[in-house]
Order: sequence, then structure tokens, then C-alpha cells
Amino acid sequence: MSTVTDTTPIAPPRKGLLSPTNKRRWENFKANRRGYWSLWIFLVIFVLSLFAEFIANDRPILASYRGELLFPVVIDYPEEKFGGFLAETDYRSDFITEEIEANGWMIWPPIRYSYSSTNSNIPHSAPTAPFWLMSKEERCAGYPAGADDPNCNLSNLNWLGTDDQARDVLARVIYGFRISVLFGLALTICSAVVGVTAGAVQGYFGGWTDLLMQRFIEIWSSMPVLYILLIIAAILPPGFWILLGIMLLFSWVGFVGVVRAEFLRARNFEYVRAARALGVGNATIMYRHLLPNAMVATLTFLPFILSGSITTLTSLDFLGFGMPPGSPSLGELIAQGKENLQAPWLGLTAFVVMSVMLSLLIFVGEATRDAFDPRKTFR
Amino acid sequence: MSAPETILSVRELSVAFHQGGNTSLAVDRVSFEIHRGEVVALVGESGSGKSVTANSILKLLPYPAASHPSGEILFKGKDLLKASDAALREVRGNDITMIFQEPMTSLNPLHSIERQIGEILKLHQGIEGAAARTRILELLNQVGIREPEKRLAAYPHELSGGQRQRVMIAMALANRPELLIADEPTTALDVTVQAQILELLKNLKEEHGMSMLFITHDLGIVRKFADRVCVMTKGKIVETGPVEEIFSNPQHAYTRHLLASEPRGEPRPADDSQPVVVEAEDVKVWFPIKAGFMRRVVDHVKAVDGIDLKLRAGHTLGVVGESGSGKTTLGLALTRLISSKGRIAFVGQDIAGRTFAEMRPLRRRMQIVFQDPFGSLSPRMSVADIVAEGLKVHEPSLSEAERDRRVAAALEETGLDPSTRWRYPHEFSGGQRQRVAIARAMVLKPEFVMLDEPTSALDMSVQAQVVELLRDLQARHNLAYLFISHDLKVVRALANDIIVMRGGRVVEKGRAKDIIERPGEAYTKALMAAAFNLEAVGSEAISQ
Repeated sequence: MSTVTDTTPIAPPRKGLLSPTNKRRWENFKANRRGYWSLWIFLVIFVLSLFAEFIANDRPILASYRGELLFPVVIDYPEEKFGGFLAETDYRSDFITEEIEANGWMIWPPIRYSYSSTNSNIPHSAPTAPFWLMSKEERCAGYPAGADDPNCNLSNLNWLGTDDQARDVLARVIYGFRISVLFGLALTICSAVVGVTAGAVQGYFGGWTDLLMQRFIEIWSSMPVLYILLIIAAILPPGFWILLGIMLLFSWVGFVGVVRAEFLRARNFEYVRAARALGVGNATIMYRHLLPNAMVATLTFLPFILSGSITTLTSLDFLGFGMPPGSPSLGELIAQGKENLQAPWLGLTAFVVMSVMLSLLIFVGEATRDAFDPRKTFR
Repeated sequence: MSAPETILSVRELSVAFHQGGNTSLAVDRVSFEIHRGEVVALVGESGSGKSVTANSILKLLPYPAASHPSGEILFKGKDLLKASDAALREVRGNDITMIFQEPMTSLNPLHSIERQIGEILKLHQGIEGAAARTRILELLNQVGIREPEKRLAAYPHELSGGQRQRVMIAMALANRPELLIADEPTTALDVTVQAQILELLKNLKEEHGMSMLFITHDLGIVRKFADRVCVMTKGKIVETGPVEEIFSNPQHAYTRHLLASEPRGEPRPADDSQPVVVEAEDVKVWFPIKAGFMRRVVDHVKAVDGIDLKLRAGHTLGVVGESGSGKTTLGLALTRLISSKGRIAFVGQDIAGRTFAEMRPLRRRMQIVFQDPFGSLSPRMSVADIVAEGLKVHEPSLSEAERDRRVAAALEETGLDPSTRWRYPHEFSGGQRQRVAIARAMVLKPEFVMLDEPTSALDMSVQAQVVELLRDLQARHNLAYLFISHDLKVVRALANDIIVMRGGRVVEKGRAKDIIERPGEAYTKALMAAAFNLEAVGSEAISQ
């Protein structure tokens, strides 16, 4: 080893976030302009919707009352603090507003409605149209002082109208978008983890393991998923986590086929055999040598699973078997649009939001797939 | 061959490939001629453009990604590059035919032999039915397929590699072509089969008065077989001339380099006082054949059937034999990557019954280098990660910097620049990749290395370098090598002892020198004759 000990000073290991492969992938991703822009648009909308409480809420972000700084968005203050009697303060009521304004100030979010708050000053019976479809007199007809009422301002008016319970559609759409995307992401990630693990184990070990799990999956995937969902939804109280759990039971199967095939193909590669000869354990081989092969196939699937799970949640909500009543949901909005054909803004809003969201996700998914395709070259 | 008539004349031919806005010139203004009844060899290493040149004669390249910026290909005075598609189809398979390297993938797996050959007869000569069958049998007889009547209904997977290549040749001969282009027709075959195929081609050429364009990287074949040689490198023909002239008096530096690149040198002298590293007694690997509804074991495929061997430190044991003789299986059994029966001892410890986990502490002391330098390196890991993988398993306590230093040292020892270690395998040439694979084995400082055809996938000149490197490493670290190869020239340069295997059993074993110079068994004799003289002798002793 004498020739080796005096090696030249060794270059430091690479630094930086991205390995060369990932850098190339990112370049490929960016080369798909549509997907790249879709990602940014989607991220902006999604991050904004994560802060929905600061954009659309029926309580102020910040308030000062008798010299005390209050954060009504995060902290629930009992109404007796302001001289009222309710357990939770209704900041939209004239009494509280006047009381706080008289002893301090309030900073409201741009939209003064939450997904559950009703507009008590609607000009006629709900649902009401977006304010810009009505004249000034018409839209302020519900306020005590009419068109001159100071409360008849942009943040109190309903940009996309109200639904049949006089709730602000825009606020509900913002909250509904957030819950849809979060649900879709959570379901996709969970089913990817379960599905990829199951597929990897089957493909890598093969033999009886593979045979038994394949038969199980065949039986499992031939179940009528929607009916089982309806039955379980009838027994268990509906909610985000319960729905997620029920749908996860069936959605992971989608990943198994592709991942299993990749592992079956790759487990006999010489570099896998070489790793075994080095004494590398099964789990490490699966993770380090085989999983990257299966990732491309998985990522090709992700956008479809993601948009699929969002659609499933929406359809369950539409049927009334989804999220508990009152929660913001796009499916419920579509149902309202169907019930109230005289109020086309309900259906149209739901349609536009759904299609924009799903299109963006598919475009991003397409670009991701391109990015991971080693053979893809862009001019 | 009096008054040679030129049947093919390639003039100033260039081939360019366009990909993603880049244009690369694969063939650069190449000119050569083929006369009637002549064998012209196109010699060069991989990537030299010899196959591209051959494929452009029949316009088989992926147009329009490929294009010809200059040149003409005159076949009997007609320019094939300017010919219409219909005119080209007339020529293809009729006047000019091709045989390819991979007999497995060049035959349609879903068609029987009769149908494959019959299709060509029907297309170009309109022969069908009984007449076609007679002609097919005649062709199969010509190419030396035994019992051709029984083979008519066979599918490609039922034939051996040599038989498949014979069928390919039968297809190529079906329409009595004037020019046969053979693109490395024997590279994928065993040496004994290679000798038979070469002899067959030679006989057929003489019988039919065909011309041949023979593409190969093997200079031995050229010397034996060709009339004239064109030496190609980097897309250019650097030297052309009659075979004897080129071999006796090479003009160009590259030709001289090519001629000098045969693996040479002697193995290190044997020393029986060295400790035994691997000892095996009666090793058997039997794969069960199951049949029937209950999947009962009815028989066994005896891949390795009772092998004894002893390997001392600093020695090389060569395992030679045709493909399917159980060489690799034996190597995998000795390194405990597949289960086997019989006693296997490694540095005095019995390892035959050990589980994978129990083997792990010993893994660092026994390493493997595989045949295919493309397949044995994970394409998604950098070279540094590939080499460091074993260290992470066996010496997890090493610091990052120390590990990196060891990796760099191993790469340097195998003749690679350590500063390239953040690159990925696809950025390296075949020879460099094989060096990475060797570095991966060496970084753990093993005592025993199993080399499974480590040079077979490499070019001739690279082979010689790798052999040199292996010998060097062996001398430095007193390594024991189990060298599995079908290439007896390489084995001769490395091995102290040789085991000749056939059908899982030992045909002959002993000192390498004795076996190569004075083979005792008929099979060994045939193997040696095929490997060193490209002669098919005692064809009853070897498989077809």
C-alpha cells in the first residue's frame, strides 16, 4: 500500500443541495414550461390557502381593546371580555364591532367571512349573486343604512355570492381547496408508502411471498370500493382521518403492480448481485439499488392517484357521504349548484376551481415524469 | 481470383448522427472496395464506426437521425445511397445479406425455423410449399444443422447459440447473395462454436463464390480468415492492405497498437508453501426440475456436479469451459451467493452451511468482479458511492473523510483518476468501468477475488490492460483469484492452475502450462485448438 498512502490531496466531497442527477432532473423539469409554471401557480395558491384563516375569516387578525393587544385569529376570547354574553365572540355583530372600535382598533382579513359564517345582511333570500352582478343600491339593500352604510364595503360583500345558507362562496372555496389538496396529498403519500413497500417486498423476495400477496391483492382490488365506502361512512362518523383511512385501504393497490415489476426485473441485475457479494443487507439493497428504479414508475402514477383521490373526496361530498356537514368542501358546493340552478355562480365556481386544480396537478405530474425519465432529452 | 471484379465500392462515405441539436460524425470519409470472391475484414474496437459503416451499405441506420454528408456506395455500379426504397428492398436479403452478432435477438422468437427461412424465399423468389421446404432442408444441410427435418418446426429458443447462428447464415444464403455482410457473427459464441461457424462460412464462401465483408474486433479471426483488412479507428480507415502485409508490416501506429494488444505475459510462479484460501470438496449445485400437479421433483439440472478444488494465496485458478458448463455457478457457490452441497472452506473456516447473515463478516475478505461492467455498476450511484458501499457495511465506524480517502486510494490503485469519483458510471468507458468494479472489490482489501469473465466484454487492448492490472494487484496484495473465463488467451496470461469444466463436471485439471501445451482429453484438445488456432477439430467431442 506504500504507493497509495501518499496520494495527492483529495478534492473535498461535493457540496450543495442537488447531486448532478437531481440537477439534471430539475433542468428537465424546468424545460417543460407548462409544468414548471403550473408548479409555481399551484404552490402560490396552495401556500396562500394554507393561511386561509388570515385571508378569509369572521374575526380580526389583530385587535387592540382597552390598550390590550389581541389575536382573535389564534386565540378564542369569550364575549364577556367585550361586554357580551356568548362563549365565543361574534366579531361581526354590530355591538362588538362598535365596542372594539370605540376602545381601540381592529385589523380584518381581506374577506370578513369564514367558511361557516353567514352573511346576515344579504339583500334577498340566499343564495345571492356575486356583488358585481348587482347595482350598488341592490347589493347594499340588506344593510340598515342602505347604499350609504359603511359596512357595505368590498370586504363585507360576497365576491362570488353566497350559497343557500348565506355563507360566502369565496371563503368556502378557499377552505375547500385547502382541505381537498391536503387530503389528496396525504392519501397519495400514504398509499405510495404502503404500495411501494408491498410491491418492493413482492418483487424482491418473489416466490411464495409474491404468490400469496398477488392473490390477496387480486381479491382485495375486486371489492366494490364505492359501496364499501358508503357502508363504512354510514357506520363510522365521517371525518378527514376516517375518510383517509378508508380510502387508503384500497388506493395503495395501484402502486403495487408497477413497483413489483420493476423490482422483479432489477433484482437479478449484476449490480444487485454485486451488492449482495459485498454483504449489503436486503433492506439496504432494496432501498439503495432497487427503489430508484421503481421511483420513475411510481412518479408516473402519482399525479393520477393525487387527482383521483381529490375527485373521490369531492364525489363523496357531493353524495353527502364525505366530510361532516358544514365543513367546506367543493363536492358540497357542486351539490348546491345542482340544487340551485337559478344560482349558476355556485356550480360555475366549483367547476372552475376543480378543473384548474386538477389541470395544474396533472401538468406538474407530467413534468415530474419527464424529469425522472433518463431517456428524455429536450431541445 | 484472377481479374478481380469489384462488386462493392464504398467511396468517401461519411455518417453523421444528429441528436438534440448535436451532430456527431461516426464515420468520416471511408473508402474501400470488395472484389468478387474476396473476404474483406473491417477491424476496430468498439465505437470505431465499423458496424455503422456496414449498416449504411444497406441503409439500415435510423434515418433521419443518421445522414450521409458525403460519399457513395456503388454496388455493381449502382449507388445504393441514392436508390429508392423499392430498389433497396430488391437488394436487401437478395444480392446483399447480413448476419448479426446476437443470434438470439436477430431471429423472431415466435416463428419456427421453417417459417423464418421460408419468408425470405417467398419474398424474393416466390417459392412456396413443397419446393420451399426442399430448399430449406437443403440450406439447413448446407449450414450443418444435424437432422434438419426435425428442426423445421423448432423455435429459436429450442436451439443453441451456434445453431441459431447457423440458421441466420442459412437465411442469409437462401437467395444466393453476392455479398454477405457479417457483423461480428461469432462474438457471442463459445470458442469451439466460433471455430465451427468460421469454417462453415469459409466453405460456403468457396462453394458459392460469394464476397464477404467481415466485421470483427478479433485479430485472430482476421488473420485466419480474411484476404484484405481495413483497420478502423474513430470513424476513419487508417490502414488497408492484404492480411499478410498488415500483420507482418503494420504501417500505422494504431494498427501496431492493436497488434500488440493481445493479452500476454506469464502468471506469477506457483508457490505451494502459501496458505490455502479456498478449499472445496465435492461441491454440487443441483437445480430441481419439477413436474406434475404436485410439483414433485422429477430430476435435477446438475449445474455443478462434484467439484474439488484448492486455491492458495497469491495463486490464480482458471476455470474454463463453454457457456453452460457451470463455471459461473461454481463461482457463485464458492462465494456462497447460491446454496450448494459439499464442503467449502474459506481461510480454514467451513462456510458451506452459513446463512447470509453469518456470511457477512467474511464478505469483505471474498470479493467478486463481474463480467459486464455496464450491468454491475448501479447507474444511479456515483463512482464514489459505489466503491464506498462495501466500506459502509463492513467498516461503519469510518469517518466520512477517512472513507473518502480509502475510496480515492482504491481508485488510484486501479489506475483511475480519483478526482473523477463524483461522476456516474455512464460517463466512463467499458475498461474504466471494469476498473471501478475492481476498485469496489479492492477497497475492502480482500484475500480472495472471484473474477467472472472480467475481460470478456472489453476491447482487446483494454483486456490486456485489465489483465496487467489484475496481475499487478495480485502481486501487491498476495490475492487468490478464481478466474472464470472462456477466453483461453487471457487464462493463459493469468492462471497457475486450470480446471476444464463441461456439463458441471471436471474434464481435466492441473497446472495451466501442462494443460495448454499438452491437453490430455479430447474435449480439452478441441477447446485449445479452437481458442488458439480457430480450428474446429474433433467436432464429435464438442457441442454444436
